[in-house]
Amino acid sequence: MSIFHNRREFLALTGAAAGALALTGCGAGSSSGAPVADGRGKPRRGGQFRALFTGGGEQETIDPHAEALAIDMARTKALFDRLVDLDATMAPVPRLARKWESNADATVWRFTLRDALFHDGKPLTPEDVLFTFGRILDPKATTHFAQSLLSVIDLKRSRSAGKNVVEVALKRPGAEFPALLGTLGTAVVSSRYTDPAKPVGTGAFTLKSFRAGRAFVAERFDDHWDGGAYVDELRILSADADARGNALRAGEAEFGYEMTPTFARTVQADKSVRILAAKGSTAHAIVMKCDQEPFDNPDVTRAFKLLADREKLVQVGLAGQGVVGNDMFGKGYQYYPEDVPQRTRDVAEARSLLKKAGALNKTLSIYTSAVATGFVEAATLFAEQAADAGLRVKVTTGASETYFKDQLAKGVMGSHRSGAMTIPNYINDRLLTKSAFNASGWRREDFDATFAKAQSTTDAGERGKLYGRLQRTVHDEGGLLIWGHPDWLNGVSSRVRGMEAAPPNTLDSGRFDKVWLV
Amino acid sequence: MRRYACQRLALGVVQLALLAVLVFLLTSLLPGDAADVRNNEDAGAEQVAALREQLRLDRPPLERFTDWASGIVTGDLGTSLVSGGPVLDILTETVGTTLVLAAVTLAVVVPLAVTLGIACGLREGGLLDRSVTSVTLALNAVPDFVLALLLVTGLSLRLGWLPATWVGVGAADLLVRPGLLVLPVTVVAARMVCLLSRQVRAGMVTVLQAGYVAQARRLGVPRRTLLLRHVLPNAAVPGIQELARVGDNLVGGVLIVEAVFAIPGVATALVRAVEARDVPTVQGLALVVAAAALLFSLAADLFSHRLVPRTEVLR
Repeated sequence: MSIFHNRREFLALTGAAAGALALTGCGAGSSSGAPVADGRGKPRRGGQFRALFTGGGEQETIDPHAEALAIDMARTKALFDRLVDLDATMAPVPRLARKWESNADATVWRFTLRDALFHDGKPLTPEDVLFTFGRILDPKATTHFAQSLLSVIDLKRSRSAGKNVVEVALKRPGAEFPALLGTLGTAVVSSRYTDPAKPVGTGAFTLKSFRAGRAFVAERFDDHWDGGAYVDELRILSADADARGNALRAGEAEFGYEMTPTFARTVQADKSVRILAAKGSTAHAIVMKCDQEPFDNPDVTRAFKLLADREKLVQVGLAGQGVVGNDMFGKGYQYYPEDVPQRTRDVAEARSLLKKAGALNKTLSIYTSAVATGFVEAATLFAEQAADAGLRVKVTTGASETYFKDQLAKGVMGSHRSGAMTIPNYINDRLLTKSAFNASGWRREDFDATFAKAQSTTDAGERGKLYGRLQRTVHDEGGLLIWGHPDWLNGVSSRVRGMEAAPPNTLDSGRFDKVWLV
Repeated sequence: MRRYACQRLALGVVQLALLAVLVFLLTSLLPGDAADVRNNEDAGAEQVAALREQLRLDRPPLERFTDWASGIVTGDLGTSLVSGGPVLDILTETVGTTLVLAAVTLAVVVPLAVTLGIACGLREGGLLDRSVTSVTLALNAVPDFVLALLLVTGLSLRLGWLPATWVGVGAADLLVRPGLLVLPVTVVAARMVCLLSRQVRAGMVTVLQAGYVAQARRLGVPRRTLLLRHVLPNAAVPGIQELARVGDNLVGGVLIVEAVFAIPGVATALVRAVEARDVPTVQGLALVVAAAALLFSLAADLFSHRLVPRTEVLR
């Protein structure tokens, strides 16, 4: 599972504004109130809002369980709601579930549902939630990406426990289960939902028309549980990066998702467009495979981490739009150990570590590709930085379309990125023995065991300590050289109010029910 | 002439068949298949395997190809691996936009290029010829995307005269808002006018210096008749061949222009299909575009033949 839901030319520029974000509507148990947003004026009803995303042609879908691209997520977010969603620190916040609690070992979760209406006028019931899980987990469906994460649900033992309570049984302890319900492909559909072309959701907008690769038009749903949208009509359209920028500046669109650093610089002087930058938090890295020579020696991986000049990598790889990384995923997110000192460049120390390990006179190769902006640039620059310690590093460029799978098999080093996801999800996805995308070949039994222990630890503080321990281990010995956290750049027209910078894959990213136009 | 046309059409069918095989082979050479590249970053090995089975990509290549080819024979372009719907739908959705753009561009390019070409050719080395030559050569050296961005910045963003993109535009809007066509057509036409007018000019210059023109002049053929009856038909031949090339470029879509102006045309669909390894769609679109190119080329040859019957001996 991942994060970046944009296959191509995806500037993996993601970010979270850590605590700096004025989060709206994520107070536990409260329904999202009016956004404080720009702090100017009262929300105004009416108007048409046009939002632009990178398109996916025929691949685009409004089936909330098959969503894969950023544009899909924005569309399904308009039509549907999740039980739980994630705030800017990737912590779960209530949506259709008003609150939740688990038993002592986190194997049974009870979610109390909100009074919400579907677009067909019928109320949300526990049966709809169970139907949703059943639909996501349908073994015949091959494009439901939440399947692997939600396979922990024991459907047979899950049941409705009253008019508005649903009891979900898990096959194994899952202390992070609520957060899983805030990830890709998990929106709640009505049990009357059969045809993806006729969505029955609870979202703030109802569908008017949709054609993959073209247009999506939705109208305000007056009975939305969260107060409903301010704009009357929402259009979510596809356009490439240049066209998004031009349309925004020409007043042909109100929102452009994922703008380039160049565009951000260009419009600094332009009063008609504002850039919303979610400060860096997701990750760009060079990975070293800990199951291969010479990186099976933690001294060598540490030496490489000491060789990186992170500021320069951010300047070159991210066009300066980001912050330096400290070899741990999830800066600014829940459970991130902020107290670990920042690693800085130390060529002499690196050299002595490499000498001790006898790793100085080898030629190593980094496998990279142009799949993400900055990958090749950063790999090339890092190869030069490594040369300062007398290392020879060769950069090999491969195909973009299959890069993330190829990288697992090719090269002892590689380019790696990860978008916005919870830290436990990242660990589950990349750092466990059985992880599908274990890019750094990190396989340790004790590490797996500690992670498993955290999953049955219901106390969030205790769990945080366990994750902190895991992160420190990765920081000290792992194969992740996380050198930078890119900013996530969106553009809005100056007519737009009520919108804040938000990292991708969070509640407020590509969310249009709280925006209004002046 | 009819016999010649039939021969050419038959040859065209063979060419298309070869092209289909070639496109299939080339797309098979690309790394990964439709199951691999769909959510390259998301799906685990099991999901990829399941998807591959569902898309029936686990069959041998020969079987997949013959399956698709037997469909073509009955007029079925196949099923997209991405949308699950017919390739014909993708074609009809994109081809309309592309045809409108192509038709308007040709309507601008042909008269303009022919007039410029003739005017320059008549007075080779004159002031007009030299200025037009300088402008067309310079314009031809400007990459399409640079020209597009310059025009958008100037005419749309600064002056606000014209729409900057086709964002949110439906097919019907094109008739109501012809302004939408101005910038894309200008960008595409700019290069084509350059290429075409150079050909017409070159044709004019060559023919004007030919012996038979000098002879006709000597025999006292009036200038008007000389130009219309003797010079133009001969001079037009290279231009018409160039026009056929221009035409099939347009039908294949103009990727850069489509990307800059967010125009949902054939080129974008084709590139997306290649990226997604949507082989049936790639094959279907490539086949239709190639068929159009063959027809253009045939039409150009027949028209040239009509203008200058003696070219037949060249065959």
